[in-house]
Amino acid sequence: MADYKLIGKNYTTPDILAKVTGRSKYAEDFRAEGMVFAKLLLSPMPHARVRRMDASAALAMPGVEGILTADDIPETEAPNEASLTNEPHYEGEPILAIAAVDEETAAAAVEAVDIEFEPLPFVLDPMESLRPGGPNARRQGNTMAGRDLSTIKWDSVDWSEFDRGIMPLGGEVTDEWEVGDVDAAFAAADLVLDESTFSASLSHQPLETRTSMAYWQNGKCYMHCSTQSTARTEGGTARALGIDPTDLVLIAEYCGGGFGSKIAGCPQDQISGLLSRKVGKPVMLRVTRQEENFFGKARPGIQTRAKFGFRSDGRVVAIDLMMVQDGGPYGRSGDYMSCADQASLMYQPESMRVRGLTVYTNTPPRAAQRAPGGVQAVAMFAPIIDKAAKQLGIDRLEIVRVNAPEGQAVFGRPRQGVQGNVSSAFVKEAVDKARDEFDWAGMQARSKQRNGTKVTGIGVALSSYSAGASGVDGLLVIRPDGKVEIHNGAGNLGTESFSDTSRPAMEALDTPWEQAEIVWGDTSKHLPWSAVQAGSMTTHAHSRSNWAAGLQAKQFLQEIAAAQLGGSPGDFTVANGRVYRSGSPSQGISFGRAAELAIRMGGKYDGHELPEDINEMTTRSATGLAGRGLVSAAKDNFETGGRNMSYAIGFAEVEVDIETGAVQLKDYKVASDAGTILHPQNFGAQLHGGGIQGFGVALGQKWVMDPQWGLHVAKRFYSNRPPTILDVPHESEMAWTSADLPDPFNPVGCKGIGEAPVGAGAGAVLNAIADALGDDVQFNRSPVMRDMILTKLNPELREAHNPLTTHV
Amino acid sequence: MGDVEHIQTAEQQGVSRRSFIKGVIATGASVSASNYVLRSGHGVALAQAPGSVERLVTLTVNGQQRRVDVMPQETLATTLRYKLGLTGTKIGCDRAECGACTVLVDGVAHYGCSTLTHQVRGREVMTIEGLEGADGSLHPVQQAVVDLQGFQCAFCMSGFVMSMVELTNENPDATRAEAAQHLSGNLCRCVDYNRILNVAERACELTRNGMRS
Repeated sequence: MADYKLIGKNYTTPDILAKVTGRSKYAEDFRAEGMVFAKLLLSPMPHARVRRMDASAALAMPGVEGILTADDIPETEAPNEASLTNEPHYEGEPILAIAAVDEETAAAAVEAVDIEFEPLPFVLDPMESLRPGGPNARRQGNTMAGRDLSTIKWDSVDWSEFDRGIMPLGGEVTDEWEVGDVDAAFAAADLVLDESTFSASLSHQPLETRTSMAYWQNGKCYMHCSTQSTARTEGGTARALGIDPTDLVLIAEYCGGGFGSKIAGCPQDQISGLLSRKVGKPVMLRVTRQEENFFGKARPGIQTRAKFGFRSDGRVVAIDLMMVQDGGPYGRSGDYMSCADQASLMYQPESMRVRGLTVYTNTPPRAAQRAPGGVQAVAMFAPIIDKAAKQLGIDRLEIVRVNAPEGQAVFGRPRQGVQGNVSSAFVKEAVDKARDEFDWAGMQARSKQRNGTKVTGIGVALSSYSAGASGVDGLLVIRPDGKVEIHNGAGNLGTESFSDTSRPAMEALDTPWEQAEIVWGDTSKHLPWSAVQAGSMTTHAHSRSNWAAGLQAKQFLQEIAAAQLGGSPGDFTVANGRVYRSGSPSQGISFGRAAELAIRMGGKYDGHELPEDINEMTTRSATGLAGRGLVSAAKDNFETGGRNMSYAIGFAEVEVDIETGAVQLKDYKVASDAGTILHPQNFGAQLHGGGIQGFGVALGQKWVMDPQWGLHVAKRFYSNRPPTILDVPHESEMAWTSADLPDPFNPVGCKGIGEAPVGAGAGAVLNAIADALGDDVQFNRSPVMRDMILTKLNPELREAHNPLTTHV
Repeated sequence: MGDVEHIQTAEQQGVSRRSFIKGVIATGASVSASNYVLRSGHGVALAQAPGSVERLVTLTVNGQQRRVDVMPQETLATTLRYKLGLTGTKIGCDRAECGACTVLVDGVAHYGCSTLTHQVRGREVMTIEGLEGADGSLHPVQQAVVDLQGFQCAFCMSGFVMSMVELTNENPDATRAEAAQHLSGNLCRCVDYNRILNVAERACELTRNGMRS
């Protein structure tokens, strides 16, 4: 492995001092002269039309500044979500916003709006919408067929099967694909498991709600908002405000969590922006926790019929999936299709058939959530793999290993008849490392040990997910003061990838990190075209782009030195903030001096001439920086070798109290393959933070909705609670390990690690709970609630509900 | 806005119409430019009601006396963030569910969203902005965060840090499990609990080794 000075080493990120002293400013921390506050009027019904609205009394109230309604915003093309609507499709959808001198006046004005709703039919469970005569969530239909809203009903399926907890087959779908001869593979299989299973919808619940504050000055909009990505939020926000991107200054240096719900900002940012323009004053829209539950997005639940065929050695030979996704009311989330792709990757079946559709419901809007589809795949299918191991008498880690992808494994939905491949997979190496380091044999020995009313369960699960994009730009400036200013448009979500991915630029320049300055989070500061900070894209994408910008800067430094000192560029070495004649460090110039010379030489050296292949945004930013020093703007043109994927294998040890059904997680360890580790402290934090988010998927986080009125019952933290510090192992530190082998298609070997760990945590815990209860116990539903555990333990008890039912 | 308390009462527009104040601004140096009123609605009525409290009060925050105009129903988190410019204290739920607004009152951790500002008159309030020494030296808890690259999005950080300060003051010998119990009133949605507990243990260790607290 390469001998790096910065890559793979811990260091202090440039934002942490501001965070730990309270100086870091999130959207709600900004103030502007004359700022007023907005409050929203939310739909009290799951589906309705505004029949009549009169805001005159509200607007006449002293202190009220103005109103923004759906009529004031550009029309949104179906099936997409608008920031305000006259036809709400879920409880809590914003109808209008009122600005006033203070928040309570705004709230009183909202109450004073005379508004009448016409209730419309609604549906909460996608299967209820597929039933013959079932309601549609939207007046135009219940699904998307191609680019159109349309209606699908499953008239010909056996609904009595569904009522007995079995997903019916044979209904119409909108998506399907197949590889190999599935029926023949099942016929030849030694074991076939045919299961109906469900993974529930789950709110993102970032701790910072999607608050925004906007004001206008000289035709420019200054938008303080919460977004995961900076460069990729500019275009959409500008369009939502009806302005050119050059007239938008987007400030989002800190984002208080997103997990996929704020990938490119939020539709509601439009409200503060347009209302501010309308009232001529800065507008702060503070989004409350309850509002965040309504419009803060969620992972879609998926109901699935999953048939798996196994060879006697545990190898998966065939998978057949029929999936119905709870699509919420807007957009078209593709979780179910990536769910199938991940199953194909993790279990590598020779033949696979996938059928599915997303069905609209009058529940909160869905969005990608950390490993969208991947988490549901592990939560639904890891228990099936575990069950097969037990039935075939195979070690439960071995069945993970025997199916795991290796090398440039092929997987997923075929394009033009051909499946794609991954850039690398070292899952088997990670499993082998974990087996020893985590003492798998010792863990296994504790399985089913009894301690009073508590029984120990052990679970293991593999999870995979995307881990990188490519083709974005790097941008850095070596200034006359010798500093290397690295510009990053990825955003600061807390993964620290905006900083970690800047390290390769300094590695390429062989210069100490202390000489680097990172610029991020503010579009007025000349940011390059960057990856979205989602799907674990940035580590791979920006280690590549910053490596490219670093190598180009190195080349410029060598050329400048050669021009100044004589000789050819190849005679010069770049290291320690200097460029010097190789072997003679005294014959050289400092970065600061080189920057001065770059400005004097101009052209390509100081940003006046730029590469033609960089993005327009990078060109604009680099042009803004031209003449300030040695400017290096470069596109990542490094070779790619397939889809970039990373992998995590979770190992959970739980204690289940068989009297109460309570589950306590005693230990959790995780192994991974995500290429070369860029920043170990953050790598470990992603593995464990992701895993713990997976515990929430497995144990108790869900919506509960009133089926009669379509209203939320669990809409705050206390009723839909993410894991607390007492829910996780807290007697000793949790361990992690990694294959730590470089991805051959990243110049420094790195891949992302944000996504895959979530499924690993969910699957390992689900398998551990089942393991504690007996080798023939399996839960085909997540989250597992106490009543489900007690029902398994007492055959006389009836299940409280059909295991496929949503939001109960 | 000047130094005159500027109160304007709404005309009664119906039985349910509430009176309100437009831009209540207190005097002189007691407020920063970041003086915003989120909840002023009942101010006039309550101020005139029997048993009502003084509006202009003196608070001790991070060792400084601050004069501030406070509504009777105003929470400490609101006063800190919108009247005293101390935005390090975050509001994550405004309903005592997440602990992002945790501050110390006489050394004891309180949810700022669920503490009325009037309750802390005459008491010492400490926020995350008050931890750093005048010379820029960090509190052991802050140092532990920096050493271990603690927290992710960090929106919960100031609340956790204040709870940890209470922990290092009360029980620097805390075990990891005891630290978890102590911090169980704070939620982290990045669920970086493994590292948060590493930070808590490190902060206790720094405190035991005599780093100022």
